[in-house]
Amino acid sequence: MKILNYDTVIIGGGPAGIAAAIRTTELGLKSVFLENRDVLGGIPLQCVHPGFGLHYFREDLTGTEFITRLIDKLEKTGVEYIVKAYVHSVEYKDFDKKIVNVITPRGVLKINTKTVVFTTGARERHIFEIGVVGDRPDGIYTAGEAQTLMDIYGILPGKEVVIVGSGDVGLIMARRFALEGAKVKAVVEILPYPGGLMRNVMQCLIDFNIPLLLQHTVVKVVGRKRVERIVVAKVDKDLKPIKGTEFEIPCDTLVISAGLRPYIDLLEKLEVVVDPSTGGPVVNEYLETSVPGVFVAGNALVINDLVDYAVEQGELAAEGVKIFIENNGIPTKTWRKIRKGKSIRLAVPHMVSGERDVILYARVSIPEKNVFVEIPEIGFKMFSFGVRPAEMLRLRLGKEMFSKLSDNVNEITLEVKPR
Amino acid sequence: MIFMDRLRVAIVGAGIVGASIARILSSYQNVDILLIDREPDVGWGSSKANTSIIHPCHEEDPRVHPLRAELCLRGNKLWREWVEELEIPAKWPGELMIFTDSDEEKRAREFLELAKMNKVPGVRVVDREELKILEPNVGSVVLGALYAPTAGIISPFEAVIAIVENAVDNGVKLLTETYVEKVRVSSGRVLGVETSRGFIEADIVINASGIYADKISHTAGVELDFKIVPRRGEYVLFDEDVDVKPTKILHTTPIPRTKGVYAITTVHGNLMIGPTAEDLPIDAKEDLSTTVEGVEYVLREARKLLRSVPPKSRIIRMFAGLRPEPPGGQWLIKVYEDPWGFVNVAGIRSPGLTAAPAIAEYVVKLIEDTYDIKLARKNSWSRFRRDMVRVGNKSLEEVDKLIEKNPDYGEIVCICKSVSKAEVLEAVERILKIGAKVTLDGIKFRTYAGFGKCQGSFCRWRIALLISEKLGIPLNEVVVKKSSYGIGDVKMLWREAI
Amino acid sequence: MKTAELVCIVCPASCNLKVYLEDNDLKIEGASCPRGVEFAKNEVMNPVRYVMSVVKVRGGDMPTVSVITRKPVPKDCIWRVMEALANVEIEAPVEIGDIVLRDICGTDIVATRRVKKL
Repeated sequence: MKILNYDTVIIGGGPAGIAAAIRTTELGLKSVFLENRDVLGGIPLQCVHPGFGLHYFREDLTGTEFITRLIDKLEKTGVEYIVKAYVHSVEYKDFDKKIVNVITPRGVLKINTKTVVFTTGARERHIFEIGVVGDRPDGIYTAGEAQTLMDIYGILPGKEVVIVGSGDVGLIMARRFALEGAKVKAVVEILPYPGGLMRNVMQCLIDFNIPLLLQHTVVKVVGRKRVERIVVAKVDKDLKPIKGTEFEIPCDTLVISAGLRPYIDLLEKLEVVVDPSTGGPVVNEYLETSVPGVFVAGNALVINDLVDYAVEQGELAAEGVKIFIENNGIPTKTWRKIRKGKSIRLAVPHMVSGERDVILYARVSIPEKNVFVEIPEIGFKMFSFGVRPAEMLRLRLGKEMFSKLSDNVNEITLEVKPR
Repeated sequence: MIFMDRLRVAIVGAGIVGASIARILSSYQNVDILLIDREPDVGWGSSKANTSIIHPCHEEDPRVHPLRAELCLRGNKLWREWVEELEIPAKWPGELMIFTDSDEEKRAREFLELAKMNKVPGVRVVDREELKILEPNVGSVVLGALYAPTAGIISPFEAVIAIVENAVDNGVKLLTETYVEKVRVSSGRVLGVETSRGFIEADIVINASGIYADKISHTAGVELDFKIVPRRGEYVLFDEDVDVKPTKILHTTPIPRTKGVYAITTVHGNLMIGPTAEDLPIDAKEDLSTTVEGVEYVLREARKLLRSVPPKSRIIRMFAGLRPEPPGGQWLIKVYEDPWGFVNVAGIRSPGLTAAPAIAEYVVKLIEDTYDIKLARKNSWSRFRRDMVRVGNKSLEEVDKLIEKNPDYGEIVCICKSVSKAEVLEAVERILKIGAKVTLDGIKFRTYAGFGKCQGSFCRWRIALLISEKLGIPLNEVVVKKSSYGIGDVKMLWREAI
Repeated sequence: MKTAELVCIVCPASCNLKVYLEDNDLKIEGASCPRGVEFAKNEVMNPVRYVMSVVKVRGGDMPTVSVITRKPVPKDCIWRVMEALANVEIEAPVEIGDIVLRDICGTDIVATRRVKKL
């Protein structure tokens, strides 16, 4: 068993982790970066479509191009990283002492570290979680799994496909299946609006004449060896199937795209406070969780639409780590809680100090047109032609906005107001 | 009587009963045993989808079902030896039959009388206060319970795998993906079985084919009125981290049809609730579908047992199993003189899992007695079987030592359950060694990869990749359960079209 | 007068656009940047799309390389691109930007992933 010492350990080799690893190294911290697979890169390795790097590189790149550039930057920066590294557990010893236990093919590592940055990404919701009953034949995949099979390993999962859930990954895969000659019979979505970006609805479904069945659910799956068909029904306003509206769709493949959840098993064992609306930890503006010196960024913090946001959060967390190390902990501040006002479903970070510029990532709970997104207490006001739950808002709050705020105000409200 | 050098036995069905019979028979000299199953791997019928309980047997009425009672009790004892010898995951927490009103209490007390009749040790009625101490997770509407300390929980699919591995070690041959179409009988004697792979000679054919046992018996011209009803049981499994995980086995007071709904923490650490008990049409022998009503029912019943039931969003699996229900609940265990060589071990409904080792002993003795055959024990029978070494249940120091010997223990491919590459490769070898087909499900049951929160969405392709490399087959040809992981190359449809 | 409602797909802001066409005169409402105006014009007059896929790689550390059309192609040419890719196989190493297929639908198809030689 080897014992190592670092300022920070970054867990999870996707874009957020790579960004955090680059930044901590640039800031002169002694950091090590761990990834469980044998390659760095995470999800963008299998994303052959563009939409990555618009903000970060100011170019519209495919996921694959984006991550290659980011990994090249990491290699150039001289980041220390270990692949095939599995984090078995993280122990909290003291506010500036944690132990990260790692299993690698070369043996077990015990890493003593002051801080930990979790960039472990998200997991996909599976068919049981969304309550689909019926047979359990072969031919059922999650959207990410189907993407790995097609776009890394070049195999076709099936040829008559139904996508369950209109999340972005499913929409992207609908297009991929259609392009490779498969028949995508429908995308079934339980809510009255799509779960993914409008651009994906346009370019992946409308372009290919794939029916989007809003307010529908899969009532059951039928098939002996492999999927043979599904039974679909319309749902009422309580999302329950309406009797008499059932119809069948023959298919041989089900792709489940019912959303992502932050993958935070290790964090939960550290007993961080979790925000049920994001599924990720509650954090301050340094992206530090309720456990001192434990930071989180990327999809493990909140499910992001754009890789650019995940990367930005990785860098923010790295900067937070630097402040922590320099000051022996994040300095005590008067934290202002972000209260979720009208139509706001989630917002991170959950607490801001007002002493520095901060970026808020938020989502609305219902689609609305021509609205103001505002924080009245500090005079922040932003107009939008249309806000949608699927499209994350990135709001820049300059520290000068907080100068008007009196010291005894503990809470500021983020809300949506019609024009 | 015909004097034979070697006795050739074909056992139809590699479930818990067939496998146990194979194991016992393998301890005798001059017996050639062939274990046949229709599925790609062993234990894929009722044996893998049941409540996993080793019953104390105070629910068996010896006046109505004397054989069930006797073999259940003997099985409960034998399992304690078998789980040690064969390294099958098991625990012995005892069970609480919960009653919530005076009618249920009256029924529960009747089982106390049966416990005395069957000489089941330690059974007694406990009141609310003691019940809350015995099981802090119990619901609040309970009146009391009937406590039976000798109940256990095993991993039923691992049990079948372990028993078959041990049987094969001792000379049993396994034939999977093989349908027995007919038992060939001529001049009142069994000649063998006609299968999808051709005719196989046998002196004795033992029908342990579960749901299909009535059909198989009919092909031998035996018990033509005997019909097995598939009784479907649905179960719900929650993720490991839910708040409410009972330490003891909890179940509702039984009614004549079924032992009631159970809430247990499985040997793998998951809260499991079920089953329903729904009789399907006789021919619905393959209906393993779950239903909304079934899931709602078990969750409702569970609210009687537990102080709170986790929300549906914490469900990681819903599944159904079919139990073979015989007429009147009577097991059909019989050795026939006409046709000579045919043995029925049919309709083995609850307490089938509990009684399986005892049923196996009983069947072998019945064959010896009925056919006046004296079987001699082997000197070289190996009663032990080692389970796989698993990273998931070792300390870090132990893992470090494992990695020194084999670095593949340090490459974790299933993050949710800490399953290493070494374990996946060993599971492939073990499947090949017994002669079954390598499938992703078979690897899952042996390694637990895919049992966790992600249900395989992270790791299934990684496991498939390892199988593809080890077996030298293309990734898309790796079999999930019964069909392949992919249908072909990503360009196959375009190439066909051009 | 003909009207069309589209969602702009140039960037994830996904502005809701209204297009009014009268006597070859095009009026566009709702765009928050000039790229959106351009997009709306093109969508009505000459819609184009990027096409992305994967092709098999021999001898590399990955079995496929992701590819994309260097420029977006006319919508009804999408299937020609896919047909052309059906039997393409290339050798490792592959670098981002390597041309995998020349001159399809007025553009080239280029690699978007790096594949190292094994």
